[in-house]
Amino acid sequence: MIWLNQLVQGLMLGGYYALLACGLSFMFGVMRIINLAHGSLAVLSAYLLFLLADRYDIHPLLGLVAVVPAMALLGWVLHRLVLERSARAGALLPLLSTFGLATVLDNSMFQVFGADTRSLAPYIDSLSYDSWTLPGGVIVGQLSVLTFVVALALLGGLHLMLARTSLGRRIRAAAHDADTAQLVGVNARSVYAASTAIALTTVAIAGAFLAMRATFDPYTGPQQLIFAFEAVVIGGAGSLWGTLIGGIVLGVAQSLGAQVHSQGFLIAGHTTFLVVLLAREYATGSFRRWLRTLRLRAATP
Amino acid sequence: MNMPSRSTTVRVTRWTSTSIAAVSLIIAAQLLLALGPLFLSANVVDRLTTLFIYGILALMWNALAGYAGLLSVGQQAFFGLGAYAAVRLADFGVSPYLALLLAAAVVGVLSLPISAFMLKLRGGEFAIGMWVLAELLHLLVNLDNLIQGETGTSLIALQRYAADDRRAYTYWAALATMAVLAWLVFVMLRGKIGTAAQAIRDNEEAAGSVGVRVLASKRLIFVLSAFGCAAAGALWVASSITFQPKTYFSVQWTAYMIFMVLVGGIGTYEGPILGAVLFFTIETLFGATGVVYLIGLGATALLFALLLPRGIWGEVERRLGLQLLPVGYRLSDSAGDSPSTR
Repeated sequence: MIWLNQLVQGLMLGGYYALLACGLSFMFGVMRIINLAHGSLAVLSAYLLFLLADRYDIHPLLGLVAVVPAMALLGWVLHRLVLERSARAGALLPLLSTFGLATVLDNSMFQVFGADTRSLAPYIDSLSYDSWTLPGGVIVGQLSVLTFVVALALLGGLHLMLARTSLGRRIRAAAHDADTAQLVGVNARSVYAASTAIALTTVAIAGAFLAMRATFDPYTGPQQLIFAFEAVVIGGAGSLWGTLIGGIVLGVAQSLGAQVHSQGFLIAGHTTFLVVLLAREYATGSFRRWLRTLRLRAATP
Repeated sequence: MNMPSRSTTVRVTRWTSTSIAAVSLIIAAQLLLALGPLFLSANVVDRLTTLFIYGILALMWNALAGYAGLLSVGQQAFFGLGAYAAVRLADFGVSPYLALLLAAAVVGVLSLPISAFMLKLRGGEFAIGMWVLAELLHLLVNLDNLIQGETGTSLIALQRYAADDRRAYTYWAALATMAVLAWLVFVMLRGKIGTAAQAIRDNEEAAGSVGVRVLASKRLIFVLSAFGCAAAGALWVASSITFQPKTYFSVQWTAYMIFMVLVGGIGTYEGPILGAVLFFTIETLFGATGVVYLIGLGATALLFALLLPRGIWGEVERRLGLQLLPVGYRLSDSAGDSPSTR
C-alpha cells in the first residue's frame, strides 16, 4: 500500500514538474534557447507574491493577477535585451548570458530578501493541508490536485494557442524556419519576444505553486532549473505533452526513490534522467526509433 | 583561402619576434615563481597557490568550451571528485602528495566512460547534463561514510608536514600542475588536435565531412579537462585541508570558470590566463563584500556575453593582431606590413 501511495504522490509531484518545465520546454521548442535563469525567475515570482501577501495581505492566487503581467513584461524585456543579442553571437552565448543572469538574480534576491526560508503556505488558509482520501486509503493533498489541474490547463492552453490562434501559427512558423517565416511576413523578432513573455507567464504561475507547496530561499532557483530540465529532457524537449510525461516520470522516480533510501529522492531522479539519456543513445531497433521521436525538436504540437 | 596577389609573396609564420620574447619571458617568470616560497611571505604563497588553481580551472574550461565547443556547467563534478579521491586515497594510506596526482589520474580515467555518453549530447543538453552529473556524484560521495555526509572531513594525512613545508609543497604542486597543463594545451593546440578542435567548434558536421575525427578529438579534450579540474580540486583540498562536499561540488566553481574565460577571451590561448589573474585580483579586492561581489561577477559575465563576447584578449588579438603565444598561423607578405592572425 505504501508503494501505491508513493506512486500517487509521485504522479502529483509530476504535475508540479510539468508546470515548472513547460516554459523551459516552450522556449527551447520555439527558439532553441535553454534559459539557465528559468528556476531563478520562478523564485523571483515567488518572492513577489510573498511581498504582496506579507505586506498587503493579498492571497497568492489573487496576487498572480499582478505578478503574471509583470513577469510577462520582464520576459519581453529579457528577450529584447539579453536573449536576442546573445543568440545572434552563437548557440553557446545564450547559455552564458542566462547563467550570468541567474547569478545576478539569486544573489540580488539574497541581498534584498535575506537568507530566511519563506513559504506562501501560511497565506492560503487550509488549502495547504486539506486533502481527499481516495479508495484504498491513499491521501492526496488538495493543493497537489490543484497543481496538477493547473499544469494540465496550462499545457492545454499552450497547445490550443499554438494550434488555433494566429499568434500560434506565427510562432510555429518562426520555430520551424525563422528566415522563411520572415519572407512571408512574420516578424520573427517580435514573435520570439512574445514567446519569451508567454514562457515567463508560465514561470510566474510555477513560482506561485513552488512557494505554496514548499519553502524557498534565494538559492532555490538552480535546483528548480535542474528539475525542470530533467522533466523536459525525459519527455523530449519541445513537445509539450512530452513534458507532462517527463514530469510524471521524474516525480514518480523521486517519490519511489525516497521510499528506498533517505537520499533516494534526488539520486533516483538524477539517475532516471541519465538512464533516459543513455537509453536514447544506445537503445536499438524500434525502441530506439520510438525514443528518437522524443529527441529535442521544434514545438509542433 | 585567399589567393596571394601576384606582386607579393605570402609567408606563413607561427613565431614572431613578439611571441618569441613573450614565451621567453613566461618561461623566465615561471622559473622565478618556482623560487617563490624561498623569499615570499606565507600569505603571498597561499594567495599565489589559489591563483594557480584558478589558472588551471580557466585553462581547462576554455579548452573544453573555447576549443571543443563543449560548454559544461558541471565541471565542479571533476573538481569535487578530484578532492574526494585525494581524501579517499590518503585514507587508504597513500602518501598525501602522491594521492593528489593519483586522484587526478583516477578521475581522468573515470571520465573516459562518462565521455562515452555525455559527448553524445549537444549544446544545452550537454551543459545541463553535466550539471546533473555533478549533482548526482555529489550525492553519491555523501554516501561514503568517510565523508560523514555534508559535515565533510579533512585531509588529515597532511598534518604530518610542518605548516611551512606543506605550504611550499602545495605551492610547487599547484605551480607545476598549472605550468604542465598550460604547456600541454599549448602544444596540443599547435598540433593536429588544435586544428581539429577549432574546426569542430566552428562547424561539427563540416569538420566531420572533411575527415576530422570529431569524437576522438572531443574525447581527448574532455578527459584532459576532467583531469585538470580534478587536479585543481585535489590541490584545493591540499591548501584548505577541509573537504566539505557541498563546497566542492558547488556550481559556483563553474560560475568562476565562466567568468574567467568569458572576460579573458574564450577560444584564445592567452585569454583564460588573463581572466584568472583578473578574477584573482577582483576577488582579493572585493571578495569580502560577499553577495555584492557575486552580483558584480554575474553582471560582468552577462555584460561580456552581450557586448564583448570575444573577451578582452579576443579584442586585443582582433584589433592589434597580437598573439603572444603562437597557437595559430600568421600570414604576412614579404614587405612585412600588417600581418593578420589566422
